[in-house]
Amino acid sequence: MQSLLTQAPRFAARRLPNAARALSTTPARAQAVPTEKPVLMKEFKIYRWNPDEPEKKPTLQSYKIDLNQTGPMLLDALIKIKNEIDPTLTFRRSCREGICGSCAMNIDGQNTLACLCRIDRNTGKDTKVYPLPHMYIVKDLVPDLTLFYKQYKSIQPYLQNDNPPEKGEFIQSQEDRKKLDGLYECILCACCSTSCPSYWWNQDEYLGPATLMQAYRWIADSRDSYGAERKEKLQNEMSMYRCHTIFNCSRTCPKGLNPAAAIAKIKLELAAE
Amino acid sequence: MMSSKALGLSASLRAATFTPKILRNQAVLRNIVQRRTVQTTSYPASKATEILNQQRLRRPSSPHFTIYQPQLTWIPSIFNRITGVGLSVLLYGFSLAYLVAPGTFDSVHVVEFVAGLPDAVKLAGKTILAAPFAFHSLNGIRHLAWDMGKFMTVKGCYNTIYAVLGGTVASTLALVFYM
Repeated sequence: MQSLLTQAPRFAARRLPNAARALSTTPARAQAVPTEKPVLMKEFKIYRWNPDEPEKKPTLQSYKIDLNQTGPMLLDALIKIKNEIDPTLTFRRSCREGICGSCAMNIDGQNTLACLCRIDRNTGKDTKVYPLPHMYIVKDLVPDLTLFYKQYKSIQPYLQNDNPPEKGEFIQSQEDRKKLDGLYECILCACCSTSCPSYWWNQDEYLGPATLMQAYRWIADSRDSYGAERKEKLQNEMSMYRCHTIFNCSRTCPKGLNPAAAIAKIKLELAAE
Repeated sequence: MMSSKALGLSASLRAATFTPKILRNQAVLRNIVQRRTVQTTSYPASKATEILNQQRLRRPSSPHFTIYQPQLTWIPSIFNRITGVGLSVLLYGFSLAYLVAPGTFDSVHVVEFVAGLPDAVKLAGKTILAAPFAFHSLNGIRHLAWDMGKFMTVKGCYNTIYAVLGGTVASTLALVFYM
């Protein structure tokens, strides 16, 4: 009797795990194990400069992240670094789909939008990220675009016509509308202007490809009647003729536009005058 | 009691009942319990421009040609400029030298001087003269085509630079070995 009493609890304890296992749905060995992707560490070297410590020279700071835990685009990597490693990393971003133009920067030597630029998955090579070239830097990857916007404003980027139609809207033929294709899509990200060596050396006077293409967009518009005045403004040594058809602008445009061709068309029109 | 249990509120109700009243006030909590350690300074709005101008004076210029990817767009453009300057200096230098000292820089003396040089120097010298001349001339034709509105695409730019580079090699070899 004594032995039975002492053995009973031990017996119950031995049975309990078995009962619990019977209640669980599937044995662990039969469960689908989520496939773990291998760790793919990639080094990013990012331009840093802090306006609160202006005496410190700009430097490249290195960050390593696992590409298999990151989205496909460089903007995803920057956001991951900012969220998980260094919240002081500063850059502009907004739409993440290539329509706002905020995240324009120099990635591996080429100007492009970080949100449209796939990360190079070759982990043997680091990816270097600089701000747009030859611009004054507000902080890290944020350039001062004040002059760029002023130049855009200077070409009066809006419809000017002293004789608007009496009733309704301006009518434009389909052929005339077609002339604006490849011009109006520009998002003013400044990739092209800041890739242009002429703009690097003369941005105080030379308008740069982005602004000039928009100038042509309004010259080419059949509804605008100020074409002559617009062209007259460009008829000097610096505003447009600093363009030497280098083609960096068209080569780098993340929207696939062709500012070089637009400038060439202005040149042809000015030469025909 | 049953209703609050059903809504899942019992825990928070109990917590609220047993906490001192002062700690239930969120504003008090923020100001007293979790006071910020960061010190801030207040500036009037009129100071904004001054602060901005101070910052603007110290902003660095971002790196440009040292970090930009070498491409067949801007590198040949630089060489077009360099070869143009070099050829002009040579032409004007030689012409002015002839003007100053016609006796030393006339054709007879130049031919005599070159004839006396070793073959290796002659070949190297001819290449150094011929390659920039060929490149600059052919690239000049490319620029004339562009000015007429031809090849004004990225593809056109690349196809024409391949043609110019190929033409430069061919005409340099022709100038060095057959002239």
